[in-house]
Amino acid sequence: MRQVYLDHQASTPVRPEVFEAMRPYFTEAFGNPSSLHQHGLRVREALKKAREQMAALINADSGEEIFFTSDGTESANLAIKGVAYANERRGKHLVVSATEHPSVMQSVEFLERQGWTCTRVAVDAEGLVNVQELSQAITPQTTLVAVHHVNHDIGAIQPIREVGRLCGEKGVPLYVDCEASAGWLPVDVREFGAALASFSPHRFYGPKGVGVLYRNRRARLVSILHGGVQEGGRRAGTENVPAIVGGGLAAELSLTELPRRISHTAALQARLWEGLQRRVPYIRLNGPPPGPKRISTNLNLSTEFIEGEGQLLLCDLNGIAVASGSSCVSKSLKISHVLSAIGLDHALAQGNLIMTLGMANTEEDVDYTIETFARIVEKLRAMSPMWDEFQRGLIDSVIAPTGRGKSFAQHAADVSGKAAH
Amino acid sequence: MSETYTLYNSTVMDHFMNPRNMGDLKDADGVGEVGAAACGDIMKISLKIKDGRIEDARFKTFGCGSAIASSSMATELIKGRTIDEAMNFSNQEVVDALGGLPPVKIHCSVLAEEALKAALEDYVKKHPEAVASSAVAEPVAA
Repeated sequence: MRQVYLDHQASTPVRPEVFEAMRPYFTEAFGNPSSLHQHGLRVREALKKAREQMAALINADSGEEIFFTSDGTESANLAIKGVAYANERRGKHLVVSATEHPSVMQSVEFLERQGWTCTRVAVDAEGLVNVQELSQAITPQTTLVAVHHVNHDIGAIQPIREVGRLCGEKGVPLYVDCEASAGWLPVDVREFGAALASFSPHRFYGPKGVGVLYRNRRARLVSILHGGVQEGGRRAGTENVPAIVGGGLAAELSLTELPRRISHTAALQARLWEGLQRRVPYIRLNGPPPGPKRISTNLNLSTEFIEGEGQLLLCDLNGIAVASGSSCVSKSLKISHVLSAIGLDHALAQGNLIMTLGMANTEEDVDYTIETFARIVEKLRAMSPMWDEFQRGLIDSVIAPTGRGKSFAQHAADVSGKAAH
Repeated sequence: MSETYTLYNSTVMDHFMNPRNMGDLKDADGVGEVGAAACGDIMKISLKIKDGRIEDARFKTFGCGSAIASSSMATELIKGRTIDEAMNFSNQEVVDALGGLPPVKIHCSVLAEEALKAALEDYVKKHPEAVASSAVAEPVAA
């Protein structure tokens, strides 16, 4: 069976040359970078080089602005809490977009329990943050604004330069989560006006176990992890040297390969979306259309009258690895907060599937996915009472309304006693 | 990949991939359709009842793998039961017959029980004489 990996947003394979670069740092160059002897000094040099490689990927001034963490979640926690605590006396108000990653949202909720307040700025139906509203949300007490570069669910590219300009004018530091964009789309922290930015090498053919936080020298940041004086006192704990070395090389390779990555995935994205629309009736794309407002790797789909976990399982049984934001996939039984924020009908959020492309995907993979997915949809619709009731005119389609029957949401509420959400 | 890993156990996967009794019954004697407010899944069970006994059952489900497997298993289990027996059907039977469900998916089996009971209520409403003696069981809360 053909194997098609379409979950590059979750993780990517480590490239062989990256793996080779890491190898000596497990066995031979095993020293602790804080040690003052040859073993320590040798790996310290390796970390310095990796910092420069990371800085180059995002056009930072120097490697000294790069801090290594364990992953994207830790970077977000450090950015949000580290800036909030550092500026506690100046003010205790934060501004974030409504579609930030859970690591940002949960960090903010944690601070709210400690007396901070936070304004969540709404996004439009395509998932783009309204800069005007963001501007109105900033008060003299605001000490941090957090807006991601590319949305991890729906691939929307935020107007980040405008947001950065605004934050610059207001003198409030901006944290930009670049986890879904770095390695796949140019990231330029100077052009963004970002005081902080984060990304993770395992999203672009580097290893897991290392996260990167960029911090502009002017932004105040205190440590949230206490212990030794590693990472300029901003992050205690022994650095994951092999992962950092591999991540650095992955960043360097990404910078060189960026134009090819964009053209390769954009062509496959267009082919996949075009094919799915042709073969699957009542399907829609969530987020902006493929083009300048959407990252070339992501398709976030809603297929009507069927649920997402069933789609995911049948894709997997056919060798196709995908993700879903359906409530059935979530451990909390809630649909993705991003799909809620763009105002997506609950039934469509239930039928959600996320496909993210990478360099190993081919046109043949895409064509196989289109045909296989069309069969999967047919199989699940044959099992769905909603599809049958739509055929009989009892309920209507959200994607292409016929004017017959009641809404799916109304029907669901009628049979369950109360509305889902 | 040489090995295959599955999200659910092999019985659940089998009922998801090869659902039993999937579809609708022409001239069904009782039909129940219920939804889970928690997650948004919807399940429909149709019954053919003869001489106080469930002769045939069919399901249709809008839901995840374990919801489809739960409704498939529920329709298998209730065939041949009397109305009284079916009224006392519990979601735990579905869970046990499936060899267990992840804790977060137990509500799928509850939905199957509710759909079955809704179908029985529909039948009783149309045939009050069929269950003169026994009270209609209240569906359990999700």
